[in-house]
Amino acid sequence: MTTVSLTVNGQSVTADVDPRTLLVQFLRDNLRLTGTHVGCDTSQCGACVVHLNGQAVKSCTVLAVQANANIVTTIEGISQGGELHPMQAAFREHHGLQCGYCTPGMIMAAIDIVNRKGNALDEQTIRTELEGNLCRCTGYHNIVKAVAAGAQAMAQTPLRQAAE
Amino acid sequence: MTATGIGAPVRRKEDQRFVTGQGRYVDDFNRPGQTYAYFLRSPHAHATIRSINTGPAKIMPGVVAIFTGDDLAADKIGGLICGWMIHSKDGSPMKAGPHPALAQGKVRYVGDHVAVVIAETLAQAKDAAEAIVVDYEVLPAVADTAQATKSSVQIHDVSPDNTVFNWHLGNKDETEAAFARAKHVTKIDLVNNRLVPNALEPRAALGEYDPGNDNYTLYTTSQNPHVARLVLSAFIGVAPEHKLRVIAPDVGGGFGSKIFIYAEETVCVWAAKKVKRPVKWTSDRTEAFLSDAHGRDHVTHAEMATDENGKIIGLRVHTIANLGAYLSTFSSSVPTYLYAPLLSGQYDIPAIYCEVDAVYTNTAPVDAYRGAGRPEATFVVERLVEKTARELGQDPAELRRKNYVTQFPHQTPVIMAYDTGDYAASLDKALELADYKTFPQRKQESARRGKLRGIGFSSYIEACGIAPSQAVGSLGAGVGLWESAEVRVNPTGSVEVLTGSHSHGQGHETTFAQLVSDRLGIPIDQVSIVHGDTDKVQFGMGTYGSRSGAVGMSAIAKAIDKVIAKGKKVAAHVLEASEGDIEFKDGKFGVAGTDKTLGFGEVALQAYIAHKFSGQDLEPGLKEGAFYDPTNFTFPAGVHICEVEIDPDTGVTKIERWTAVDDFGVIINPMIVEGQVHGGIAQGVGQALLEGAFYDQSGQLITASFNDYCMPRAIDLPSFQVGMTVTPCPSNPLGIKGCGEAGAIAAPPAVINAITDALGHEDIAMPATPQAVWRAAQKTRMPMAAE
Amino acid sequence: MYAFEYHRPTSVSEAAKLAGQADDMKFIAGGHTLLPTMKMRLAGPANLIDLGQIAELRGITRSGDTLTIGAMTRYVEVLNSAEVRDAIPALVEMTELVGDPHVRHRGTIGGSIANNDPSADYPAACLALNATIVTDRRKIAADDFFQGIFTTALDEGEIITQVSFPIPSQAAYAKFRHPASRYALVGVFVAKHTDGVRVAVTGAGSNGVFRVAEMEDALSRNFAADALNGISVAEDEMNGDIHADAAYRAHLVGVMARRAVQAATLG
Repeated sequence: MTTVSLTVNGQSVTADVDPRTLLVQFLRDNLRLTGTHVGCDTSQCGACVVHLNGQAVKSCTVLAVQANANIVTTIEGISQGGELHPMQAAFREHHGLQCGYCTPGMIMAAIDIVNRKGNALDEQTIRTELEGNLCRCTGYHNIVKAVAAGAQAMAQTPLRQAAE
Repeated sequence: MTATGIGAPVRRKEDQRFVTGQGRYVDDFNRPGQTYAYFLRSPHAHATIRSINTGPAKIMPGVVAIFTGDDLAADKIGGLICGWMIHSKDGSPMKAGPHPALAQGKVRYVGDHVAVVIAETLAQAKDAAEAIVVDYEVLPAVADTAQATKSSVQIHDVSPDNTVFNWHLGNKDETEAAFARAKHVTKIDLVNNRLVPNALEPRAALGEYDPGNDNYTLYTTSQNPHVARLVLSAFIGVAPEHKLRVIAPDVGGGFGSKIFIYAEETVCVWAAKKVKRPVKWTSDRTEAFLSDAHGRDHVTHAEMATDENGKIIGLRVHTIANLGAYLSTFSSSVPTYLYAPLLSGQYDIPAIYCEVDAVYTNTAPVDAYRGAGRPEATFVVERLVEKTARELGQDPAELRRKNYVTQFPHQTPVIMAYDTGDYAASLDKALELADYKTFPQRKQESARRGKLRGIGFSSYIEACGIAPSQAVGSLGAGVGLWESAEVRVNPTGSVEVLTGSHSHGQGHETTFAQLVSDRLGIPIDQVSIVHGDTDKVQFGMGTYGSRSGAVGMSAIAKAIDKVIAKGKKVAAHVLEASEGDIEFKDGKFGVAGTDKTLGFGEVALQAYIAHKFSGQDLEPGLKEGAFYDPTNFTFPAGVHICEVEIDPDTGVTKIERWTAVDDFGVIINPMIVEGQVHGGIAQGVGQALLEGAFYDQSGQLITASFNDYCMPRAIDLPSFQVGMTVTPCPSNPLGIKGCGEAGAIAAPPAVINAITDALGHEDIAMPATPQAVWRAAQKTRMPMAAE
Repeated sequence: MYAFEYHRPTSVSEAAKLAGQADDMKFIAGGHTLLPTMKMRLAGPANLIDLGQIAELRGITRSGDTLTIGAMTRYVEVLNSAEVRDAIPALVEMTELVGDPHVRHRGTIGGSIANNDPSADYPAACLALNATIVTDRRKIAADDFFQGIFTTALDEGEIITQVSFPIPSQAAYAKFRHPASRYALVGVFVAKHTDGVRVAVTGAGSNGVFRVAEMEDALSRNFAADALNGISVAEDEMNGDIHADAAYRAHLVGVMARRAVQAATLG
């Protein structure tokens, strides 16, 4: 067993884990944060995307022990005061989800795109930047619309962004 | 139309939990004392099992139990079943080999279930599985569809040449006569490539046993939990039906693959009683590739006969359908009654004859995948029509128009009676949206840049609803395909609808609530939709075949009618009027010709307090159920137009434009319907350009991960231009036809017709990968820049 | 994943010492190749030594005509580096094509090079840019470092500390992605140096990353796409799978080489 201490959604967490525990397993099994999903074994699908120190990563390809002393944000940690994050709201408004399984990873990836590429995102940029996220339901059409709209909405709520 | 009623693009009620990570999928459930199951799977495509030694594995850390097929047999647990009987041409029943949940003496495909290890942790279960010693005698295997009956390999004792059935439909003599008088015959050889459904949520099962009450519970990724319960109890025999609760909570996509009753869920329920602890299994993606039922896998030769006016007068089709190593739950229906009856397409074809040889191979079972039979039929018809137009030198749009069915009802020579439609209206709208007239300019502009541009059509039709029960029963179905609903009005006037449909992405919690809100005149947030739990919902048949709107919602509508009728009786007592004078409008019960009204909520309260009527006159309460069995299939249809540009240097095909005009009948929520179209197109484009499951000659699946099996990504697809036309469906009370599969049915021929148009020849198969297109483009005469 | 013991050294010397003591060990950098392999139980080291906490392995510096990148520098740091963008913009453009955004947040230069996946991008950059791979023991020229698929000159326990890239006058990378995995089906890096042009190909070769002498000679004489006309690579040295057989890969090497030269000369 190895001890890990990290901050998850603003809360300090310390636990003894088997070193082979993946970050996604730690989040799901130890912390019961089951919004982060697993959809493949080969680091392709992106259902497990969380933010590690503010950057989108595939939590199925990070050991929990590698995240020691780091800051993790999951889908459960982005809405505040019961109000949806603008990107969450945009996915709902633009029907950017169907079965919901890829959605947490998509939303975390989308926020990361905005953090890196800004609030004015064209379709080509969004499609390119979604390279690491698979959706089997939507054909991506409405995800692309949702990301573009969510990005614009994030520009109008700078305080919320900073808090993330 | 109100803001939340029928026809409104209401934002989905279920999304609040999904966008916040609060969805509850099977793997999110954990039960006290839970153990973990890991299945040891066959590494061989075909082998006899001489022995299994679990001894060393059983004493490894954390191991709770290890079971093999012998243990299931000792408990008299039956095999998995195929619930649709097909008879061959000669009248003999299909040859169904045994399908044990854990292998008994033989394995028949890579991934076949050999043993299950149950341990305290998944890692311990995997460790122990590696210590099980299986002595295999490896046998030769056959994986190739076209070779199955020619091979010396015998997969099941019941079928010496690996034939499951030789089936046919249509009129052979009339068809031969039509070909004899044809002016032109178009011939085509097609492979409909094998696909892996790949719902993003892998399958999972969590079985639990309560010895105090002798109750079993199964949490499972199912599109039809009641059917799962019925099969697990009545056929497989793991638990009595009334003692087994099946819960299908949030399910992360199905596309057909979660209709079927699989070995893993069977074993989890059974083993939970054996080890007296909950047993949980969650598939990883590799297991999903190996063991989820695959889709498609047809090899077809087809011919279309036309007369001197370009009218189609005959169609004959021969298909070999690969059903894999075992018959999955509905596999036999897919290449038969879900396939051949659609071969008339949107066309008035007087003579059709289709033969289907279904075969066993040493591959994963093949069953329904989004569209199920109808994409295969559409691919045959639409590739043939396009090729015919090219061979006759006619515009492909106009050749289609010339052959469209225009009078309804229309009886085809292959069972179906089309009820309504306006195919030319969809074509006209699609041609306009696709800017077809100016395509030649775009083609020329592409040529200037050294690129090949092509345009392709798909005028598809599908039969949805998968009903009525009498009809499907006569065709061999083992179940009825109606749907049920219960509408429970609470004393406060809020409403719960218990539906036998199951939502795994379709948005039923919203669309079904829209119907209730619309009909009862109550706010949509006063309506809850309950599904996916056999302890809560009366029996139901589940969701597949684009049936939840046409059949599931019709059952709700029927139950609502009964609620209103009962409400009128209550209102009559309260308002002291005769029942015949009570009208229900805009959520109010009123006495005709007066201003006396009662709100829906007031009537609900009166129904429950029952102060205004005697029990002899009227039963208290306001709750009604309905079972709805439609009178016909529904026939969604439409036109999709795909425009591609090919880079002949690399073979990369880029979809430049996609136009879809669909007639789904009455639409409840256009936002959700368009989303279904988008998703279907993406899967169809995936089949046409990217996806293909390939086994090598030894039966190893060489596309067993997302590293090898190409899933459509955002960058592979364009934004879609979606339009609608509407002819209400006459065979259900809501006029709904269904929309869930249309895109996947329409898309593949549209893509391949566009690519062959660009290439100037027909020699390309699916998936049209860059390599395949590059190679095909070698045979293309490059257009000169000046052309 | 098999069980292992986890080590988290904070210096190269400590890591080297751990590696010397531990049986059956592997270093983990970004982990984006190793962890999937371990998850599939295709690798199962008894000891895993995490290089993630070693500050001295990170960072980007330019000194004269040489750009030096620490082995544990993540792709995202290359993308965000004004120094790299200024010195070798082709390296930034290539890095934008590595994996996906999430992978680029974790994956490291050193990890990619040490693994020498036959479809990875960085080996092509190292070879074409005539990089020097610096370890805790020695300096190794890229030409000597890459020794066939998943094989390098590294000895057991040897740690890459940094990679030095001579700054070329012109360079570009053209990548044709594998449709499913998105690794390079064929990737061609061309770089024009004062003493000639180097062309390195990844993804295509059955023996991993390789240089194409005939293309280098032609481009050294005339650094233009047309100079490559008539030059092809041998099919029998190409990889083949269901997505791309040897003939197609050989063809794509030519196409990507021309596109890389076009991009380099445009820039």
